[in-house]
Amino acid sequence: MSLSELAAGCVGSLLLLSAVAIPIARSRAGSRLVYGACLLVSATLATSALAALLGPGAPLPAVRLALGLPFEPTLLGFDALSAAFAAIINVATMVVSAYAIGYGAHAREPQRVVPFYPAFIAGMNLVLLARDAFSFLVGWEFMSLASWALVVSDHTSAENRRAALVYIVMATGGALTLLFAFGVLAGGAGGYAFEAIRRATHSPAVGALVLFLALVGAGSKAGLVPLHAWLPLAHPAAPSHVSALMSGVMTKVAVYGFVRLVFDLAGAPAWWWSIPVLLVAAVTTLLGVLYALMEHDLKRLLAYHTVENIGIIFIGLGLAIAFEAGGLALAAALALTASIFHVFNHSLFKSLLFLGSGAVLHATGERNMEHLGGLIRRMPVTALAFLAGCIAISALPPFNGFASEWLTFQAILLSPQLPQWVPRLIVPAVGATLACSAALAATCFVKAFGITFLGRPRSGAASAAHETDRWSRGSMLLLALLCLGAGVVPGFVMDALAPVTQLLLGTRLAAQSSQPWLRVVPIDTARSAYDGALVLGMIVVAGLATALIVRRFASHALRRSAPWDCGFPDASPTTQYTAESFAQPIRRVFGSAAFRAREHLTLPPPGDTAPARLEVELHDTLWETLYLPVIRAVMTLAERVNQLQFLTIRRYLTLVFAALVLLLVIVGGFR
Amino acid sequence: MRLSWLTQLAQVLLVLAAAPALTGLTRKIRARLLRRRGPPLLQPYRDLLKLIRKEVVVAENSSWLFRVAPYLIFASTWVAAALTPTFATGLALGAAADLIVIVALLGSARFMLALAGLDVGTSFGGIGSSREMMFATLAEPAMLMAVFTLSLFAGSTELSSISAFMLGPQVGLNLSLALALVALVIVAIAENARIPVDNPATHLELTMVHEAMILEYSGRHLAVIEAAASLKLLLYLSLIACVFIPWGTASAGAGVLACLIGLLAWAVKLLLLALLLSLFETAIAKMRVFRVPDFLGMALMLGLLGTILLFVARAPR
Repeated sequence: MSLSELAAGCVGSLLLLSAVAIPIARSRAGSRLVYGACLLVSATLATSALAALLGPGAPLPAVRLALGLPFEPTLLGFDALSAAFAAIINVATMVVSAYAIGYGAHAREPQRVVPFYPAFIAGMNLVLLARDAFSFLVGWEFMSLASWALVVSDHTSAENRRAALVYIVMATGGALTLLFAFGVLAGGAGGYAFEAIRRATHSPAVGALVLFLALVGAGSKAGLVPLHAWLPLAHPAAPSHVSALMSGVMTKVAVYGFVRLVFDLAGAPAWWWSIPVLLVAAVTTLLGVLYALMEHDLKRLLAYHTVENIGIIFIGLGLAIAFEAGGLALAAALALTASIFHVFNHSLFKSLLFLGSGAVLHATGERNMEHLGGLIRRMPVTALAFLAGCIAISALPPFNGFASEWLTFQAILLSPQLPQWVPRLIVPAVGATLACSAALAATCFVKAFGITFLGRPRSGAASAAHETDRWSRGSMLLLALLCLGAGVVPGFVMDALAPVTQLLLGTRLAAQSSQPWLRVVPIDTARSAYDGALVLGMIVVAGLATALIVRRFASHALRRSAPWDCGFPDASPTTQYTAESFAQPIRRVFGSAAFRAREHLTLPPPGDTAPARLEVELHDTLWETLYLPVIRAVMTLAERVNQLQFLTIRRYLTLVFAALVLLLVIVGGFR
Repeated sequence: MRLSWLTQLAQVLLVLAAAPALTGLTRKIRARLLRRRGPPLLQPYRDLLKLIRKEVVVAENSSWLFRVAPYLIFASTWVAAALTPTFATGLALGAAADLIVIVALLGSARFMLALAGLDVGTSFGGIGSSREMMFATLAEPAMLMAVFTLSLFAGSTELSSISAFMLGPQVGLNLSLALALVALVIVAIAENARIPVDNPATHLELTMVHEAMILEYSGRHLAVIEAAASLKLLLYLSLIACVFIPWGTASAGAGVLACLIGLLAWAVKLLLLALLLSLFETAIAKMRVFRVPDFLGMALMLGLLGTILLFVARAPR
């Protein structure tokens, strides 16, 4: 059996599992069985994808299925690009499924979640396996609809229903755009197989149109600003393990869709293609993290960070387009490697963070950070894993987020070689945005970890929290280790991604595994090098040496006492810094521009004992300027059209007659 | 090969030994400028020894993170300082981390310090962490922009290559370099909690930032954190010296004599920079907290301007 056949079989078995799950999902054992089966299937998929990626170079023959359109067979199979993405998403899916074995048992209505879970995974894998536009779109819609069902699984809350509505509207729009993109690519000839599209020559206008449609269609799924509006609503609404899949994994499938369309199918890029991509990516990065800083709901904060990280990924993709169009193949390979490496990293640490937030949610019933605090003592394992995720997403060495951002910076530093001056002018600003957002992300995760896990409990629920189950702890620790591992030996990941750049750009970076000391050298040693393993080793040795020496010579006396707090210790935990107050300086510095933030201070007159009030007003400018007018227009139109339902029979007959006359006039006019 | 390892080992120990002396030196110069006698040069060493021998008082509700953080902060800062060339370039471990990694290592240290500030759950710790991170959101990109300018000039992000390049004949007076220097100096002042951004000698003030975060620390933990702060000052001054005053630094593979000359040159450069820093500190007043973003934003804009000028003006190597 070939690898492609095995993978196609896995997708089929996931769909079958989805059907089997319907009757057994209600029981705890049943749901465990389904999650366990998902774990096994995604492990098989991950292994086969890795084998396809690291195996011999030629793309594997596709499986032809007699399904789908009457004039086109369905083609499924791996090439280097889809194998790389399939490996990435199935590794994350595997660990998330393991977590769900424990976490899924806490679900109140498992029958609303469990049957859709395998279907969701099947949809994502189908998108990756598809070798023709039809099965790609079928997989895409499967993924959207299954995840929609998961978002709405807790349908009792009005907030979730609204999130699901916004999601389904945006997802439908995105899918339509992609349908249009494939239609334009297939052209009059109508070959919907990727092979046929690739062979056909496309005019520059078609290429540009496809770039635009891919930015809208795949970008809305991935969460590019301003099409991100559904993401921070929908991702947190789902159960936490599904949030992890949606944020950590599904957005990656969207990135795959963009890469497939723009790098593979649309033909050779023009240099100006990079400009919209880079601009949108930079805005996405900065706004995503600023939104996250203003957010105090743990899961929504994480969802906004997905927006930020998608921006970072698209910065890499934009650079790769610019380099490819400028004839700098090696630099393009570096930028693309950095981008897909960040896809991998983000799938790991975002899944980890969502799983951690799920553990917190289960332990306390709270998503609002202002009611949490001090969980590091009640939930030590979750806290440790979550801390690892926070360090990784803040792009701090020696974890993996830093490795991919370092590579992106190296790509940015190559861009003065670009022939056109417009991207040369934009790229440094993009670099500054990236640097700024990395520092803002660190601030945001000091807030997220510090307010949630450190300090004193701010509510009864937080002080009565308990550690989660064994499966959840194990899978979170595994993800934390993977984050560290990918940061310490980034060379292995880069080497594994070499076939992708070979396929899309026709070149590859020098093999990193031949470098001494596990070092990473993107271009050459004199230019830049990074050795994650050595940095980790040095930190560990330095830390241990210091600890040992200090212990040897220092006094061992240690006393526990009340906090010093400059002599004003206060027993009430409400005097602690809150998430709101932690973010206040950032709001002062960046908020007035980004959110039209305003503070209203109401001071009672002297002698009055009424409390002073500080009210903060924030505006989601994008939502108010882009979405609300559209929503209002649709609502107004609907109101008007609604009047047509309450006419008398005579008026209906008049309308029918008028329509008939109009049609006859049109037909007559065309004759 | 063996020499580069020896240099590296010497550097690891040298930065550790010299850091408190540098802190003492700046304090001394500042005191003299204010017509005070000031503490003796070796006072920081005595302080550290005394702190180490003292009993540690830990808040009841602090977690393991509170006790681990000082060592992690110190280790990251020490590694970063050990990889910044002082008296000689061509360090054996220099290829492990370029300038971007050094900036990020300091970022890791800051991350842990800010978390430690939040751990006990007091309002002072929170205020310090929050403000420190706010400063960092502008200081870190400003620093990276200065790094970009330097690396675009030298065609490398490795400090040894940059330093060697700055000694070479291609470098004249250049606007981008000047902008990078100004940005770097502003970042150095802010990151080391110096006046006008923060005051290293104050307590019990609502304006304090760094001291507020470490308010709950005592004994050996405080000693380790203080040592890390000294190391960070040494790192920034050495970095500026290594890149902008590269003369005298022993090049890779140079002999023992060159290393001794380099050592002397480094000491002179540090003395000079400490003098300038203290002069600046005594000449300027402390800023309000919300003026600091303007100050740091200026550094970011200058750094960005320097980079853009390079990007547009020519295609470096």
